Amino acid sequence: MPDIIERPRIDPDAFRKARSGRNIALGLGLVAFVVIVFAVTVIRMGGYGPHF
Amino acid sequence: MNTSPQNTVSMTKPAAITARPAVPALWSDYLQLLKPRVMSLVVFTAFTGLVCAGTPLNPVLAAVAILCIAVGAGASGALNMWFDADIDARMRRTRGRPVPMGKVQGVEAATLGVVLSLFSVMLLGITTNWLAAAMLAFTIFFYAVVYTMWLKRWTPQNIVIGGLAGALPPAIGWAAADGAAPLNAWLMVLIIFMWTPPHAWALSLYTSEDYAKAGVPMMPVAKGAASTRRHILVYSLLFVPVCLVPAFTGLGGPIYLAIAAAGGLLFLVLAWRVFRSKAGDAPDDRIEGEDRLYAVRAGAKDARNLFAVSILYLTLLFAALLGEHLAGVAPLELL
Repeated sequence: MPDIIERPRIDPDAFRKARSGRNIALGLGLVAFVVIVFAVTVIRMGGYGPHF
Repeated sequence: MNTSPQNTVSMTKPAAITARPAVPALWSDYLQLLKPRVMSLVVFTAFTGLVCAGTPLNPVLAAVAILCIAVGAGASGALNMWFDADIDARMRRTRGRPVPMGKVQGVEAATLGVVLSLFSVMLLGITTNWLAAAMLAFTIFFYAVVYTMWLKRWTPQNIVIGGLAGALPPAIGWAAADGAAPLNAWLMVLIIFMWTPPHAWALSLYTSEDYAKAGVPMMPVAKGAASTRRHILVYSLLFVPVCLVPAFTGLGGPIYLAIAAAGGLLFLVLAWRVFRSKAGDAPDDRIEGEDRLYAVRAGAKDARNLFAVSILYLTLLFAALLGEHLAGVAPLELL
């Protein structure tokens, strides 16, 4: 394998689009975490509710 | 995360692993760090353990518990990709991963791994119990530190001992539901633990050149193909009887026993064929270039068959346990 790796220059628009996608994914992850913690807290404080 | 465009046009290989990437990382690259295919197996076995526990659990809590176990497994995968970036860059099977490709910095992969480890363990503890959380923390530590940083580069027995990390999810699932990990939970762990060596060695028999290039002491590289084939047979002879045990301990029912017996017989036949074959002895000179690594050679065909059947066998075993418990089929308890 060659020691030197040639890499193409990055299109700024592509970079911004990739960054935007990462930020949206991170935001959704954080929202999901908050919702999960809320739901778990409600269930655990209110008894176990329905079971399977 | 990266915040500005890079115009770098060349860098050395070590720099590709540690420096800022020249290719914009997509969210899917970070997802790839979590090894989704491994996560799917972890989810399946952990869910089977959770159901087999037979303890009522709120479905939301059960889903969150499985999510935590999956994310914990993903976190250990990200730590593995950070630490093994030098090895991954040399192997054809792994050089397309985000860190050796330069899409994600090594330090980002490590950070993601640590953060998700903490989140998954803490959330599992809050959601279910701290026994399950401690077992998840141990699993992450064992895979990321004991296996990745120590065993993998040190001993040909790496996957024998390191296989424990991949084997633990059913016991974590069981503990999440039940608050305890009884003998039957550890029996499920033992099945995966004993399954891992013949499964991984069958693969390594026809990819040993890849491991040799990376300097990883997998069994065929360190001990030779003949020794590996012998080890596969011995471990298969130990593994198949273990698969029958759940029918004697009140874990598996008649469907499980039938699959374990019939599949086990097939497994042993294929292990015997690998033992008698020349799998891994030498690459086929008629095949040139990188295709040599993965091409089905006359001897390697037996190893490839065992590898494929091993995945099917384990899947069917756990599917049988899951199906029987969901359908209410009574376990045999032959003892």
